[in-house]
Amino acid sequence: MNVLRRTVYIAGIVALCAWVLVPIYFIALGAFGGRIGVFRWPKSIWPGDASLAAMQLFLQVEGVGQAMVNSIIAAAITMALSIALGAPAGYALARFTFPGQNAYRLLILLTRAFPLAILALPLTVAFIRIGLYDTAFGVALIHTALALPFAALVSASLFQAIPRELEEAAWVFGCTRFQAFTKVVLPLALPGIAATAIFAFVISWNEVFAASVLTVRNRTLTAYLLTVLAESPLHFRFAGGFLLIVPSIVFIFAVRKYLFAMWGIANR
Amino acid sequence: MTLRSRLLPYLLLAPSVAFLAALFLVPLVQTISLSFMEEGAPSLANYSRMVSDINFGPAVRNTFLLVLTVVPIQIVMALAMAMMLQKLPRGRDLVLWIWTIPLGISDLAAGLVWLAILQDRGYLNSALYGLGLIEGPTAWLTYETPVALFVGVVVAEVWRATAIVLVILVAGLQLIPKEYKEAAEVFGARPWTIFRHITLPLLKPSLQTALILRTVLAFEVFAVVYAIGGTNFPVLVGEAYNWQRNYQNTGVAAAYAMLIVVISLAATVVFLWALRTKPEQQP
Repeated sequence: MNVLRRTVYIAGIVALCAWVLVPIYFIALGAFGGRIGVFRWPKSIWPGDASLAAMQLFLQVEGVGQAMVNSIIAAAITMALSIALGAPAGYALARFTFPGQNAYRLLILLTRAFPLAILALPLTVAFIRIGLYDTAFGVALIHTALALPFAALVSASLFQAIPRELEEAAWVFGCTRFQAFTKVVLPLALPGIAATAIFAFVISWNEVFAASVLTVRNRTLTAYLLTVLAESPLHFRFAGGFLLIVPSIVFIFAVRKYLFAMWGIANR
Repeated sequence: MTLRSRLLPYLLLAPSVAFLAALFLVPLVQTISLSFMEEGAPSLANYSRMVSDINFGPAVRNTFLLVLTVVPIQIVMALAMAMMLQKLPRGRDLVLWIWTIPLGISDLAAGLVWLAILQDRGYLNSALYGLGLIEGPTAWLTYETPVALFVGVVVAEVWRATAIVLVILVAGLQLIPKEYKEAAEVFGARPWTIFRHITLPLLKPSLQTALILRTVLAFEVFAVVYAIGGTNFPVLVGEAYNWQRNYQNTGVAAAYAMLIVVISLAATVVFLWALRTKPEQQP
């Protein structure tokens, strides 16, 4: 009986791993199989037609390269902005008690109960007026609104985890508050902040609605794929989908240590 | 305390408050006013156009059906996965990483992944053909096969977004003190009893977060649907996108946005109320 239960248990774990991984393998086959691979019937689960040529062809299609560059630019700006604005807020939440603290937490909570990307609609009007429409920077701004509350909460928990005594010791030895922060607190918080930054990057990299509404020619990769979806051949879509996934897998691997520490406290 | 150090927290918060005011509060007010405006005058025209649109009914129905199907499946699946992880003696990190990979995958990419499997000549049909269940390539994702299309979207959404629920629940499980479980075991409680009477109640805050987050995001479902079914399966955000991009009508798009916001908020309030934890129930 015990052996049976154990077998079922292990089989369940393996099946759930396969549930995640096998579809990714299939789209990889689609991405590298090209036109011929897409039409093959019945499909083989082995990479018979796979070649780099199909992917190369996709990357040479007009607009793809530029869309990737735009995606990277928007995501990089999102990353920088959400840390630059969120980390100080997190530090304030972690180290001070002050009137208005709860109002700030409420503001952050509110942003999480809203479908934020939807707010891109009125921003198109405003962005056209101030010249931010159809720019990677404009997209990055709304993506920052998505990532910033998250960055503030996570960095608050990161700073909270660093003992206040370390900072106070630095003050005793003659450091100013700022010096104590840069020399003692920051190095300790840096890995966690890097993980948060990577998360902001992924949030921006994956966002579809706002990016599609806010751009016409300077599309990000998601917006580009969405708008050409209806008229593009299947192998083209698979190549695009696969390209969207690859960085995500790498990033999740990079932040895996922080995933739970981050969410465990950030969702309170 | 000096004046400077009393001002410091406000100085630190100011940039993010200013930013959220400009990119959250202002657009929010603007969306509201856009939705109630017609050629500069207050009016309900956008809403009546939205409601009388042929896709409105199906979009509402489809979106609710999706949320009501996807979210419960994800909660149950993530709970099961979290409990399985707890028992895993070795390889926990590897399994965890694999299970959380979809966390980084966009809804658009997830839709395309399942398109590769569910398309006419895809892997599902190849398997069905191999088993002798179908004669040749069969279309599942057209408007003539609404049930299959719906199932396809559900599968893709479950595949993509269960990871975030899992992460929230695993993080929540880590906060439950071991002593509770050990005490219950001493008194002879069975695993199922422990799960129902100790784990589940103490996990309530995490379940609440997961439910709110997932419900809000599930009402935003759109790119998955587009990638899999094109326009064959209207959903609310998809309609907002259509009115904005294809019909160039921000007013109606804003009306859709308002509808989504109101529904999301109502769901949030319901979850906050239904799963509230009284202070004396906290560990």
